[in-house]
Amino acid sequence: MRIEGAGRDLDRSQRLKFRFDGKAFAGFPGDTLASALMGAGVDVVGRSFKYHRPRGVMTAGSEEPNALVTLREGAQADPNVRATMVELHEGLSARSQNRWPTLEMDYLSVNDLFAPFLGAGFYYKTFMWPRAFWEKVYEPFIRRAAGLGALSGQSCTDRYEQAYAFCDVLVIGGGPAGLMAARAAAEAGADVILVDENARPGGRLRAEVEEVGGVQGHLWADGMAADLAGMENVRVMTRTTVTGAYDQGTYGALERVAQHVADPGGRPLECFWRIVARRAVLCAGALERHVAFRDNDRPGVMMAGALRACVTRWGVVPGKAVAVFGNNDNAHRTARDLAAAGLHVAALIDSRHDAENLAGDVPFYPGFQVARATGRKGLEGITLRAPDGAETNLHVQALGVSGGWNPSVHLACHMNGRPEWSEDIAAFVPRSGMVPGLEAAGAARGVFDTAGCLKDGADAGRAAAEACGFAGRDMALPEAEDAPYRLRRLWAVAGKGRAWLDFQNDVTVKDVRLAAQENYRSVEHMKRYTTQGMAPDQGKNSNVAALAILADATGRDIPGTGTTTFRPPYTPVAIAAMGSGGQGAGFAPQRFTTSHAASEERGAPMIEAGLWYRPSYFPRPGEMTWRDSCDREVRTVRDCVGVCDVSTLGKIDLQGPDVGAFLDFVYTNTFSTLTPGRVRYGLMLREDGHVMDDGTTARLSDNQWVMTTTTAAAGQVMRHLDWVHQALVPHLDLRFVSVTEQWAQFAVAGPRSRELLNGLLDDPIDDASFPFMQCGPVSVMGVPGRLFRISFSGEHAYEIALPARYGDALFRELVARAEGMGGCAYGMEALNVMRIEKGHITHAEIHGRTTAFDCGFARMVSPKKDCVGKVMAARPGMVADSREQLVGLRPVKAGTELTAGAHLFEPDAEAVRKNAQGYVTSVGYSPMLETYLALGFLRNGRARHGQKVMLIDHLRKRDVLCEVTDVVAYDPDGGRLRG
Amino acid sequence: MRIPCPICGPRDRREFYYQGHAVMLERPAAEAGEAAWDGYLHLRENPAGQTQDLWYHEAGCGAWLKVTRDTVTHDVLRAELVEAGHAD
Amino acid sequence: MRFSGLRILKEGLTGNTGWGPHWRDPAPKDEYDIVIIGGGGHGLSTAYYLARNHGITNVAVLEKGYLGGGNVGRNTTIVRANYFLPGNSEFYSHSLKLWEGLEADLNYNVMHSQRGLINLFHSDGQRDAFVRRGNAMINQGDDAILLDRDGVRKHLPYLDFDNVRFPVYGGLLHPRGGTARHDAVAWGYARGADTRGVDLIQNCEVTGIDIEDGVVKGVQTTRGAIRAKKVGMIVAGRSGQVAAMAGMRLPIESHVLQAFVTEGLKPCIDHVVSFGMGHFYISQSDKGGLVFGGDIDFYASYAARGNLPMKEHVMEAAMTLMPMIGKARVLRSWGGIMDMSVDGSPIIDRTHVDGLYVNCGWNYGGFKAVPASGWCMAHLMATDQPHEVATGFRLDRFRTGRGILDEEGTGSQHNLH
Repeated sequence: MRIEGAGRDLDRSQRLKFRFDGKAFAGFPGDTLASALMGAGVDVVGRSFKYHRPRGVMTAGSEEPNALVTLREGAQADPNVRATMVELHEGLSARSQNRWPTLEMDYLSVNDLFAPFLGAGFYYKTFMWPRAFWEKVYEPFIRRAAGLGALSGQSCTDRYEQAYAFCDVLVIGGGPAGLMAARAAAEAGADVILVDENARPGGRLRAEVEEVGGVQGHLWADGMAADLAGMENVRVMTRTTVTGAYDQGTYGALERVAQHVADPGGRPLECFWRIVARRAVLCAGALERHVAFRDNDRPGVMMAGALRACVTRWGVVPGKAVAVFGNNDNAHRTARDLAAAGLHVAALIDSRHDAENLAGDVPFYPGFQVARATGRKGLEGITLRAPDGAETNLHVQALGVSGGWNPSVHLACHMNGRPEWSEDIAAFVPRSGMVPGLEAAGAARGVFDTAGCLKDGADAGRAAAEACGFAGRDMALPEAEDAPYRLRRLWAVAGKGRAWLDFQNDVTVKDVRLAAQENYRSVEHMKRYTTQGMAPDQGKNSNVAALAILADATGRDIPGTGTTTFRPPYTPVAIAAMGSGGQGAGFAPQRFTTSHAASEERGAPMIEAGLWYRPSYFPRPGEMTWRDSCDREVRTVRDCVGVCDVSTLGKIDLQGPDVGAFLDFVYTNTFSTLTPGRVRYGLMLREDGHVMDDGTTARLSDNQWVMTTTTAAAGQVMRHLDWVHQALVPHLDLRFVSVTEQWAQFAVAGPRSRELLNGLLDDPIDDASFPFMQCGPVSVMGVPGRLFRISFSGEHAYEIALPARYGDALFRELVARAEGMGGCAYGMEALNVMRIEKGHITHAEIHGRTTAFDCGFARMVSPKKDCVGKVMAARPGMVADSREQLVGLRPVKAGTELTAGAHLFEPDAEAVRKNAQGYVTSVGYSPMLETYLALGFLRNGRARHGQKVMLIDHLRKRDVLCEVTDVVAYDPDGGRLRG
Repeated sequence: MRIPCPICGPRDRREFYYQGHAVMLERPAAEAGEAAWDGYLHLRENPAGQTQDLWYHEAGCGAWLKVTRDTVTHDVLRAELVEAGHAD
Repeated sequence: MRFSGLRILKEGLTGNTGWGPHWRDPAPKDEYDIVIIGGGGHGLSTAYYLARNHGITNVAVLEKGYLGGGNVGRNTTIVRANYFLPGNSEFYSHSLKLWEGLEADLNYNVMHSQRGLINLFHSDGQRDAFVRRGNAMINQGDDAILLDRDGVRKHLPYLDFDNVRFPVYGGLLHPRGGTARHDAVAWGYARGADTRGVDLIQNCEVTGIDIEDGVVKGVQTTRGAIRAKKVGMIVAGRSGQVAAMAGMRLPIESHVLQAFVTEGLKPCIDHVVSFGMGHFYISQSDKGGLVFGGDIDFYASYAARGNLPMKEHVMEAAMTLMPMIGKARVLRSWGGIMDMSVDGSPIIDRTHVDGLYVNCGWNYGGFKAVPASGWCMAHLMATDQPHEVATGFRLDRFRTGRGILDEEGTGSQHNLH
């Protein structure tokens, strides 16, 4: 209900319409969804996880355990949103969660009746019979009953972003300490980022009536925030939560950019920031904690500070008759402020028998406790227990509870540091230096009076700036309250029934005691066995009390019991926010060749090759399948001429007098003997002796060489060369650089390739000037380029390279001329078939587990010199005859399809692991030989040419008898290559 | 995590490729024998605490760095050019 | 005490006062037949099978922290048998069979859920590699089904089939793959071992290994010296430190692997899904949280916590593959320390010290191995012979080059597996 005249955050001149569970309500600008619902008299806003107990709003912040709702509709539906953090806007729509069919009548609340059988860990002891029932019966039921909100099932369509920021001093939290810290650091000259979780800085000052510097605290905060925002070296980020502390001063932060408006316009909903700060000040304040008593989870039972905020900020309360129950002085202020707002404060109950009433004219019960709350869907009353045990009932609709305050130490603990227990405040406080460069100030380190926070913040801000090399200045501190914080610990009120600790996961005092009874005594065991602290609030509201109860149950003290580990994020972060760059094509860069547009114009399907896109084939009218096109392209290349973009292969330009010696060390074979104008095929090993990559290297001149790598390994090879040069042979005089993207390179292959090229070259070539494995500079229609006579197809072929800016024009020219001669462009499919026909390996064969020996290249490992990988390639296990060796395979019955990934067996052997002899790596249909061909690895395969093996593909239900052959199936003498 | 590249200054970990322990700089001679090579390529002290490992500034200057770090705290104490290590 | 529905009923009606400790807290004795260093999943299962299969019960498990506090308590709970190299296949196949009988054996519900694992592939080359893997699984007697794009769509309609950076070509479905409740596995084995007489000793850190003339004699601990005829080092994540006490260097580097869980959600992901192009895998826990992970952080670490680049990369992978989960909020992220071996496969072997055994190198796949690892380690320690499904996990395979088990093909760089 609303309280007339109260609510400093509200603009009562306007009304905002919103819907909750389909019903229409109205609130005011300045409301949160939680306050608007409370103002509208909605007491039950959610259901608990396990027992489906009705629940109301408990806090006024991001730690809210009960008021979790689903915001918006359709693809924009956003489950598990804290209603306490949702700023009301016109047209807002929200739904309750984890109830069926309605929030009011939830069938699964029957679980509450069975609670004696559903205690901690009950599921580990049952649901085991019969076996098959787990997946079929128990688990589906449990899964449906569990969970909180539901995803929409549709792809996320909202915009999210990631961004970087850098600063000298990051101030986390804009309460009294944070505002002063930011001011002090900024006045010293530091670049400051001040981050606050809420729409406006001020922290608890926003909900308090005490003055700071002679004005109401929230107005002082507004003034400070405005001053800071006006400073050039300060950035104030509101609606932003620092979620994690990482190494070297990196912090993650989530900004809710446009969550608070009906239409984000062009803005993202949220932005995930990585903030790099030289120093940080943690001014995250403190969270109030509950006291466990019977049915303390009834709607209307709230944290005392939250109840105060509801009245002061939004003028709402669950009911007119209220009570406050606490163990500390701070609770008294709530009672005082509630009374001042005109509410009927039925009782201020302080568990300390010697407490003095600081709340003024309210009924005061020192030494009393609240033993029970009643009222299922809204608080109806509480049972007071006197020091002598006598119980009386009191009718109230709201109860504010304060079990003391826990400093928000979370971020300080993100690097595995453990906080220390402070007996004075019965809470954990951060130790200095737990996160390098970060110090806590104010309530976050247990300083609870406002004057103390202001000073602590100013000191910490100044120290942070000074640590960055700035000269701090003395700052005047405003006047503020400095009342001591006194409490006597009270975690749970004794008695029958269930007293809640973790509201979200329905963990009660009994559960923690049962865990101890069953010897889950370690705090980690207790957490995992009971699920205490594993819900969306991650125990912010309950962990300290739970471990105090565990300590009691196990006869230890709290420091001896320890805490569980604080893990990021501080508040949950949407996957869409942290992963925002990745959606759709954004996951990885896309690399396009210069012929991309021309290929697409010709209808070529472009397929991924690593980050690159390459044409699969170039369809022509009348071709029904990719095979039709592929077969035609292969025949055309072999009979006439074809053009293929090979620019994606890595190209590395090496220069210097020692390139030859360097290549001798990285390749298995010798390159230093290569003369200018010549090209050589090379094999590169990893240091562990397995094949890393293969390719050709051309010596363009005495001093300049160009290496090609496979498309797949281009980055790895560049890294490897840098490694070898810088770490292993730094005395060699050479430099190299990747020029993959600087050159467009095209294979021109086929018996008429030279004829085609000579149409373009300013100086025609012939076999004498350009024999096989020759290279040299050429001029292509006036443009200087390079020509290499190398062949992957096995045909008389060239690769011609021009600077990339000519790539598109050159490709179009080459293809047009080829087509004029009866040739064509060809794609990856044809390229693959031709290399299989020729037995050339790719990364299907050099998959990281094969050696030069396996691939039949043992002769390429020069005995005359050391090279990377040579020693390890000679280990006994690496050259054993029992290893699988590269072979060709051909179906005995021509035309039978072969499949890659099939395994090889003796023809009459059972197809089980023990009999497996090898496997198939590559297959293709050879239109020239009119048969399927395969490459594969077969145990001792080189000695088995001519034998039969059975190819078995269980997955595709194929078994094909094959003949083992040499890897080269087409033109074994290589006559076409040189012809 | 940030690495102070001697050439480029402190940069985000995203720019670097990690290789492994700096023992990889001590490549044995070809004839050093099985044990030496096993120790070089496979066996590791794997310290919990200060270590030296190799990072490549792949998205930066292309320098291989020997970085002195703490594997428990993730403190980064020092980064040197691998190439410079051979100057003496 | 035997657990059953009836027992729950009886206890519920009588105030749940009858539940006793699931394991004792014994003081360490002066001497044991076998001392197991490490009370994680593998150590506990080894102790359990020593007692169950070999009748050796004079056994102590020494745990420096709390039982199950290592990687068994901080993983993404995936259970599968989808390896393709002989040496691995038979081992994980054996493990899966043990999983399938684990609840009945332990009388503890570990919630082993065979909901099916789908590995997606995104190119013809990846398909061929997965076909090879699937055929190897069937060769081994396990199950695998090849799905084309439409087949994947039937199982996982929520994937982005249209705009994803690496289009889905198909998937390999492993119907018997799934998940289990990780902590329960440790607790179930602990309870089973304790019931059979094994002493589980928590808060007992081993500070030295006593070796005389090449023979192990016992261990030094923070709770005093303990003599033992045989000692097993089963401390993945800390293998290097413990082995150093025996003067050993292992082919292992420690790395941090992060994992993530979201807030609870109503059922939306029914399988385990693995996205190879993005190093991303995900399932939904019975409580409703999406449990997912990716690659290791790629730098040597003992910090059990990670950094933002890998977190973001994992979530970017989630967004390209299944933008349906974009609104799910990550509740908690954590890190575990992985024993990264040179070939990505484990070691279960004798050492150069008589009576000293090592079980390590589980990389980030140790959880599913817990049953078979304990089974085979117990066999090795009891009989001094490797179990027939674990003959490949030799310590010297890198030195000799024989039987290297490099499923990823990335070679001798610890962090790449």
